[in-house]
Amino acid sequence: MNKYLLYPGCSMESSAKAYMESLNAIVEPLDLHFDEIEDWNCCGATEYLGINLIPAYSLIARNLALASKQKNGTRTVVAPCSACYLNLAKADHYMQERPSLGVKVNEALAAGDLQYKAGTLDVRHLIDILVYDVGLEKIRDAVVRPLTGLKVVPYMGCMLPRPDYQHRWSDHEHPTELDDLLRALGADVIDYPLTTSCCGGHMTQIGPETAFELIRRLVSDADGRGAQMMVTVCPMCQMNIDAYQNETNHFFGTEYHMPILFFTQLMGLAFGRDPKELGIGVELVSSRNALANIGVEVPVTQEPAAPRKKDEGLPMPRRWNKREAQKEAVK
Amino acid sequence: MPQMTDERVRAGLTHEEDLSLLHEVSMKTAGVSRLEMCIQCGTCGGSCPVAKDMDHTPRMLFAMLRAGMREEVLRSNTQWLCVSCYHCVVRCPQEVHIADVMYTLKGMAIKAKLYANSTAPDFSQTFVDMVESYGRSFEMGLASRHYLKHFPLRLPGMMPMGLGMITKGRMALTPKRIKHMDQLTKILNRAKQLEMTS
Repeated sequence: MNKYLLYPGCSMESSAKAYMESLNAIVEPLDLHFDEIEDWNCCGATEYLGINLIPAYSLIARNLALASKQKNGTRTVVAPCSACYLNLAKADHYMQERPSLGVKVNEALAAGDLQYKAGTLDVRHLIDILVYDVGLEKIRDAVVRPLTGLKVVPYMGCMLPRPDYQHRWSDHEHPTELDDLLRALGADVIDYPLTTSCCGGHMTQIGPETAFELIRRLVSDADGRGAQMMVTVCPMCQMNIDAYQNETNHFFGTEYHMPILFFTQLMGLAFGRDPKELGIGVELVSSRNALANIGVEVPVTQEPAAPRKKDEGLPMPRRWNKREAQKEAVK
Repeated sequence: MPQMTDERVRAGLTHEEDLSLLHEVSMKTAGVSRLEMCIQCGTCGGSCPVAKDMDHTPRMLFAMLRAGMREEVLRSNTQWLCVSCYHCVVRCPQEVHIADVMYTLKGMAIKAKLYANSTAPDFSQTFVDMVESYGRSFEMGLASRHYLKHFPLRLPGMMPMGLGMITKGRMALTPKRIKHMDQLTKILNRAKQLEMTS
C-alpha cells in the first residue's frame, strides 16, 4: 500500500469538490492511502505572495510544519491542486536556496510552536504519484470500462510542469504524463500543443478581457481539433474553462461548448464507478453529450433558470461584452 | 556614488551607475532572483501570453529597474498582469526568477501606493483578508465583495454562473474556519514584524 499525506487545498471543498469525490473513488482500486494534514490552512494562492513576503511563506510553511509533525510513515505530501502544489514546493525550495528566508520563516513559525526544516518533505502532485508511484500498468489493470471512443485533449496547465524545482516532469512545455494516463484508460487522446498554456489564473477576477482571450484560445483549439472534452489536473483551470466559458462566449460572440472534467473523474469512470459518485454533472458546461459517446449517462442536476431576455421594458444593466468593454475604455 | 569595483567591471559596467533599485528588488525577492544576470534578450516578453496587454514587457521593466526608474516601474501594470504561468522562467537563458520578481514588484507598488488601477491590489488584499480571518479562502465572500466594487456591470451576466455554482454545491455560502486560527494569527503577526525589520 502506498501511503501519503494529503494537502487538499481550499477549492477541493467547494468549486472543485468533484475532484475530491472522484479522488476518493479511485483510492481503493489503486490501493492508495491518504492522511489529510490536520488543520491545514490556505496556501495563499497567487495572491498572498504579492503582498508580504515573510507572512506569505510562513502561511505556506505552517502546512509543511504540520505535515512533518504528523507521522504516518511517509514524508511525501500530495497536493491535487497545481497552485497549492507549486506554493508548497516553492516554499520548501526557496527556504533552502535562500537560508535567511528559512530562518525568518522558522522564527515566525516558532510563535505558533512549530518549525520546519526545509528539504525534509517531498512535495508532489497527485498525477505525479499516480503515474510514477502507482504506475500506468496498475492503472491499466484496474480499468473495467475502457473509455474507447472518447476524444479528449489533455490539459496540464502551467503551474504543474513549471518551474519544476525538483525535475519531476517529462518536459516543461509539452509534458506527456497526462496523455499517457488517459491513453491507459483507453481514451482517444488528441495532441494538444496548448497543454501547458495558461487558463488566465486570477485574471478572470481582475482583468476579464485578458482572461477571456486566454480561455478562448484554449477552448477554440480544443474544439478545432475535434475534442469532445478537455481533461484537467487543476481546480483553477477547471473553474476558469468551465465557469467562465459562458461569459467568454458572450464576449466574443462565439458558441463553444467544451466540457472540462478532472482526470480523476475519467479514471473513476474507467474503473466502473457510478458517474454520480464522481461528481459528474456538477460542471456548468455539461459533459452529457460527450459522455453519451461512451454510453455513460450523466445524472441530471438542477439547472439554473435561464435569464429572462427582453429588450423592451425598463433599462437594465447589460451583459459584459466586447462592445461594453470598449465603451468603458473610451470613458 | 558606487565604487568601480572589479566585480562591476567584470559585469560590463563601463561607467558608474546607480544599481540600488535593481539590488533592492533582487534582495526583496524570495530565493536567489538572478535579476542582475538579465541580458536583455527579450525571451520573456516573447513567451508571455499576456504581453500584449502589458505597459512594458518584463525585459523592458528589468531595463527600467537597472536605470533606477522607480516610479515608472512601480506604476506599470506589468506585474499585475503576470499570470504566473512560468513560461518565461523556464525559457530564460539566465534563469532569472521572473515570476517571483513580479511578486516583489507588486508588494513594493502596494507599499508605495503606486499602481495605475486598484482592481488587482484590492483583489489580492481581499483574498488575504479572508485567509487571515478564516485560515481558508472563501470564494463566495471574495467574489461578491470584489465584483460589487469593481465589476458591477458584469454581475447580471454572471448570475447564471453564480446560481449554477450554488445550486450544484460548488460554492459555500458560509466560510470554513481552521481549528487553530489563534496559532496561525500568532505566526502571521510575528512574520509581519519580521517583514518590517528585514
